[in-house]
Amino acid sequence: MPWRFLGRRLLQAVPVLAIVAVAVFVLLELAEGDAVDAYLAGTGAGDAGLAAALRAEYGLADSLPVRFLAYLERLATLDLGPSLAFGRPVAEVIGERLPVTLLLMGSAVMLSGGLGVLLGGLAAWRAGRAEDLAITVAALVLNAMPGFWLGLLGLILFAVRLRWLPLGGLGTIGADLPPVAAAAELARHLVLPVVTLALTYLALYVRLMRAAMLEAAGSGWVLAARARGLPEARVVLWHMARPALLPVVTMIGLQAGGMLGGSVVIESVFAVPGLGRLAYEAVSQRDLPLLAGILLAGTVTVVAVNIVVDLLYRRLDPRVGAAPGEGGR
Amino acid sequence: MQGNADRGGRRAGGMRAAALVAATLAAGFASAEAVVAQEARTGGRLTVAADTEPRNLNPAIVASNGVFFVASKVVEPLAEMDYASGLRGVLATGWEGSADGHTITFHLREGVTWSDGTPFTSADVAFSAMQVWKPLQNLGRTIFADLEAVETPDARTAVFRFARPTPLQLIENALPVVSAVLPRHLYEGTDIAKNPLNTAPVGTGPFLFAEHRPGEFYRLARNPAYRDAGKPYLDEIVYRVLPDAASKAAALETGDIQLTAFSAVPLTDLARLDAIDGISVIPGGYEGITYHITLEINHRRAELANPLVRQALAHAIDRNFIVDVIFLGYATASTGPVPSTARDFYTADVPTYPFDPERAERLLDEAGYPRGADGTRFALRLRPAPWFQMTRATGDYVRQALQKVGIAVELVTADSGAHTAAVYTDHDFDLAIGSPVWRNDPAISTTILFQGGLPAGVPFSNQYGYDDPAMNALIAAAAAELDRDKRIALYREFQRKAETDLPIIHLVDFTFITVARDEVKGVANNPRWATSSWADTWIAR
Repeated sequence: MPWRFLGRRLLQAVPVLAIVAVAVFVLLELAEGDAVDAYLAGTGAGDAGLAAALRAEYGLADSLPVRFLAYLERLATLDLGPSLAFGRPVAEVIGERLPVTLLLMGSAVMLSGGLGVLLGGLAAWRAGRAEDLAITVAALVLNAMPGFWLGLLGLILFAVRLRWLPLGGLGTIGADLPPVAAAAELARHLVLPVVTLALTYLALYVRLMRAAMLEAAGSGWVLAARARGLPEARVVLWHMARPALLPVVTMIGLQAGGMLGGSVVIESVFAVPGLGRLAYEAVSQRDLPLLAGILLAGTVTVVAVNIVVDLLYRRLDPRVGAAPGEGGR
Repeated sequence: MQGNADRGGRRAGGMRAAALVAATLAAGFASAEAVVAQEARTGGRLTVAADTEPRNLNPAIVASNGVFFVASKVVEPLAEMDYASGLRGVLATGWEGSADGHTITFHLREGVTWSDGTPFTSADVAFSAMQVWKPLQNLGRTIFADLEAVETPDARTAVFRFARPTPLQLIENALPVVSAVLPRHLYEGTDIAKNPLNTAPVGTGPFLFAEHRPGEFYRLARNPAYRDAGKPYLDEIVYRVLPDAASKAAALETGDIQLTAFSAVPLTDLARLDAIDGISVIPGGYEGITYHITLEINHRRAELANPLVRQALAHAIDRNFIVDVIFLGYATASTGPVPSTARDFYTADVPTYPFDPERAERLLDEAGYPRGADGTRFALRLRPAPWFQMTRATGDYVRQALQKVGIAVELVTADSGAHTAAVYTDHDFDLAIGSPVWRNDPAISTTILFQGGLPAGVPFSNQYGYDDPAMNALIAAAAAELDRDKRIALYREFQRKAETDLPIIHLVDFTFITVARDEVKGVANNPRWATSSWADTWIAR
């Protein structure tokens, strides 16, 4: 069954990918200026002959339908060719950034999800009291802060004033460290960006968890559990928190899907070479092959994460697996 | 820069620009001695903020400041700008032009080797000129368009033959930017535009290109085979990619980086950084890289084709406001297309348009555009170039200034690619704020802003619909004039003509600011410092 389920999900991804691929082409086509304009703007000088030669080299001199077909062909064969902005194969350019982005965004989503579940659960458990108010207000304030501002505050406090944490980047340049020390170094560098990102997402999970817990608290099964005389801890953890996790997991799935988009703002502030900055550059350089590559990678992640979420659902909520039409267990 | 005493004298953050330029020039002349006076220390790593990560790091193909910032430490030109002598030979030791303007002979330096040990010869120069600069380079395609052949009578002599008389002065002024020499033995027989060395350059310079981690850093290492014994002083130069301006300022404070060039730190942060012990703001070292802020005007609009309206625009804009408020004093009001720091070519003897909004209003009335019932004369669309914070801010200011004299202005913003296409290809603008570069000779990138008959799609050129036969004749005459003094006289005439016709309006001239920690020495000691070799830059303990 999981294989059929898997196959179906992958098949569903194909039309999605096709629609987005066409949209990317159309949007870049609608934008004023092409890759040559963007390039010449950066070099500060050029002439008509140079522009024409570059357009021919980049394949921008052909008519619109020819270019569209060439683009579709490259997508279909999964060979995106060289990036226009980097002059290297798209797969190579994305491959360099992928692990960093997955690490950064994955840690941030896990941290904010985990923290959100804890704090949201606590707020619901102590609903209406001081703890609830403090958690709710703190989450809202964090939510209202722009990410770059929060990041800069953290940077000025922990990297400039206190000097506890490094300022940005991924490691100390030129330091040749053994693997364990290198991993520790990487972790130290990722603390600020991960925490900043996690804090900006936190409010969402706190609110979701709190609301779902309170909803569960008023449900018949909690009443029944209490009537059976189950200890309070078991009621809260098993009968309230577990069902309340469902919407949280859904949201983690949605957010993780967007993970490959990265975060342009946080990646810029902390100088993390991630996919967010890359996508931004791809757009501003009108780099269609690169943008298509990022899109492909993003689609694959969305599909993969959604499959994982669906599998998680089955663990969390026995009703999902038993539902008719799913084929039973 | 050259020592703390010198720096202390230049710490006044908001120093007025005129005084500033004079001070930096004077300091520049003093710098050579100052560097010698202090005992330079060998060793250490200099970490600077990377400006951009250009896709092509080959300065022989892409002559741009973003490329030079990294590549000029690895690949050397024939000559470089110098405060004392004006132009100092690097790979060339001397040069002379023939009386008929058809040949220029370069005498090349002895004992120079490529970093792989191969000797540098005239064949490298001939190859670079004919195979790279002339056909491929963004500036060389124009400057060397008439270059027919480069003869190499011996390994130390390269004779450039031009089809048409070419002023030696133009070539001299262009040398620092257009003459990066590539190793023929590594490029010949390859597809030069796609050679992998374009992203990992090999040259004769004081540093070797060691490493590039995209999105993280570039690393250059000392070239042990460099010809000047004892140089470079630095072991390594690391360019850290820091995309966020505020993070760059923070990195200077922590010492993660020791220097930012090209005004990478916002001007508004300079006073704060300058006040920090151990960090100094250094305004000099960019005299050879002057930029203008211009008001670009589309003459295809009937109102703007009227010279009275253009004069009114010039009178309506307060250049000193732009200098004081947008540039915080780090700029000078322009009088025309040549900056006052260009001592040979500049003339102040041109029509000027002082700030006078009432006069602007009178001129607009006279031109037949009285204020309507709503107080507005006509409406224009203004596109500020997006690449500098200052071009965007000037757009905001010009909008306000023109509204005060009854011209409604709609700001249209776009990213670099869209802006370039809209202004220089599609002519889809009424006004634009541009930032053309002064490249030390009017024939390199200045007259092109006034020359008529250019095809659409040439960036940073006259796409304004201005085409004046007298101006075109003047530009052509100057381009072919071999006599130094006559050539200068023609370019002074060109400035007068430009300011009389006023096809576009030069608002301010500006260069960039370096911010450095005090342990970095040998900073800003030539007029193109950020894009020079840094062989004599060192770090004090």
